[in-house]
Amino acid sequence: MQEIWQALVQAVNLIVGLDPEVIQISLRSLYVSAWSISIAALICIPIGGLIHFHDFKGKRVVINIIQTFYSLPTVVVGLLVFLFISRSGPLGGLELMFTPTAMVIGQVILILPVLTGMTIGALSGVDRSIRDTALSAGANNVQAMWAILFEAKFAVVGALILGFGRAISEVGAALMLGGNIKGYTRVLTTAISLETQRGDLVLSLALGIILIGIAMVVSITMNILLQRY
Amino acid sequence: MKTLLISPVHCISISVIITCLLLVSILVGCAPAAPQTATPAPTTATPVIPGKARFKIATTTSLYDTGLWNYLEPTFEKKAGVEMDIVYAGTGIALEYGRRGDVDAVVVHDPEAEAKFISEGYGINKRSFAFNHFLIAGPASDPAGIKDLSPEQAFKKIYEAGIADPNKVKFVSRGDNSGTHSKEKLIWKAAGLNYADVEKSGPWYVEAGKGMGPCLLMASEQGAYILSDISTFLAFKGKVNVVPLVEKGDLFLNVYDVIEINPEKVTTAKMLPTAKAFTNWLMSDDVQNLIATYGVTEYGRPLFSPLKGGGCTESGCPKLEDYTVPVQ
Repeated sequence: MQEIWQALVQAVNLIVGLDPEVIQISLRSLYVSAWSISIAALICIPIGGLIHFHDFKGKRVVINIIQTFYSLPTVVVGLLVFLFISRSGPLGGLELMFTPTAMVIGQVILILPVLTGMTIGALSGVDRSIRDTALSAGANNVQAMWAILFEAKFAVVGALILGFGRAISEVGAALMLGGNIKGYTRVLTTAISLETQRGDLVLSLALGIILIGIAMVVSITMNILLQRY
Repeated sequence: MKTLLISPVHCISISVIITCLLLVSILVGCAPAAPQTATPAPTTATPVIPGKARFKIATTTSLYDTGLWNYLEPTFEKKAGVEMDIVYAGTGIALEYGRRGDVDAVVVHDPEAEAKFISEGYGINKRSFAFNHFLIAGPASDPAGIKDLSPEQAFKKIYEAGIADPNKVKFVSRGDNSGTHSKEKLIWKAAGLNYADVEKSGPWYVEAGKGMGPCLLMASEQGAYILSDISTFLAFKGKVNVVPLVEKGDLFLNVYDVIEINPEKVTTAKMLPTAKAFTNWLMSDDVQNLIATYGVTEYGRPLFSPLKGGGCTESGCPKLEDYTVPVQ
């Protein structure tokens, strides 16, 4: 149990001492996951809106399928993307294997279902009268959609934070697709997995604490921005 | 109520275009500040594509965990003028990366799997460069009474005692097709047992499916016996409640080999000259001397022995030409 205390102390030391390697790894974690959530947001929010604003046959089924994929295991995502981008795979010519880009692709696929599903959920929470009001006030369809998105902003941002959390905390796809290459694709989670394997349990825990710290900063920042607008 | 707010085609095409733009910009590596759409905190861009060629190797987990590569990598990068990417994985998946052309060379320790890899045409120019030994560790009380037996006798005793009383005697297996797992199967065979039977013979046999370190922790928790490579064991010494019980035996020999990927079979492997230089460099006096002393300060003894100088004398040691003749 003393390891937990030691880990806290080491985490503080690493942060205060500005350990260059830890900082580099932390920034890379943030960088990869920020790309993932941004790309996923650009795909998921329009698709979520599309599904929400249309009544079509089988809508429930589509939503059920999306929700089923919340449980997509990270290693399976890693494996599937690997088969595509491996140099012998259909996208092999792009030479994406063991690059940060490969990690972003994996993470985007991983968070697509969660973000789409949560966007639909967020929009469902908005009173239908908002749209009617906007339309009757002379807004066009796009403006009305923005009005509804704006109304649902707390839930949408909640979904983004959840997606970001899933991206920055996953290790299966990052390890499989990035390869945990030192100074290139090593992120916090893969470093934790490596240090655990190496037997440095205190350092592993310390890195875990740093990851949680980053998640905290991100979520607080998002919430402050949200209050302001 | 059913009016479309925005056309489906519109929605999809916009998101596809934006996604493509983003992907392209990542690929090109110009990585602008993360886009506006609800991005969490702007981040510093890391260079994605440096100018140097990337030479990729896949290495076995046990070798990587010791930190040996951190030590060797900068020297080779400078020497060959490449950016070296070292990926670690169990021997099974490391060879798969080789087959698919995702790496240019593999460093592994599983003679049977290596032979198959080479006979299938994927690998060429196999050379050996280091060795050490496996050991069997277990609880200090040694409930199966295996201390100082030969590896195969020890395995037989663990098997019998485990079946008789699975609460007292357990064995943790990697169960992950790693080099260590292959070695374990080989010892079961030498003990006169069929691995398929051993695997299914009861709760005493614990198939972990994890790396060496987590398996050692597991064996420690369960008071179980375990086959481990010496370097990982030393790294975990003091963190686990298992002690070395059997350390001598020809079967324990663990030889690390480097194999280049054959560009004639795997057309995507493009770095053969670098891979050759890498192989020869591992056999060079500089690296061999370095291997002889690596780990002494941290663990009180070297983790590996170099092959240079003929230190490996057991049956099963590589032939002289396997670690002295440079590849052309």
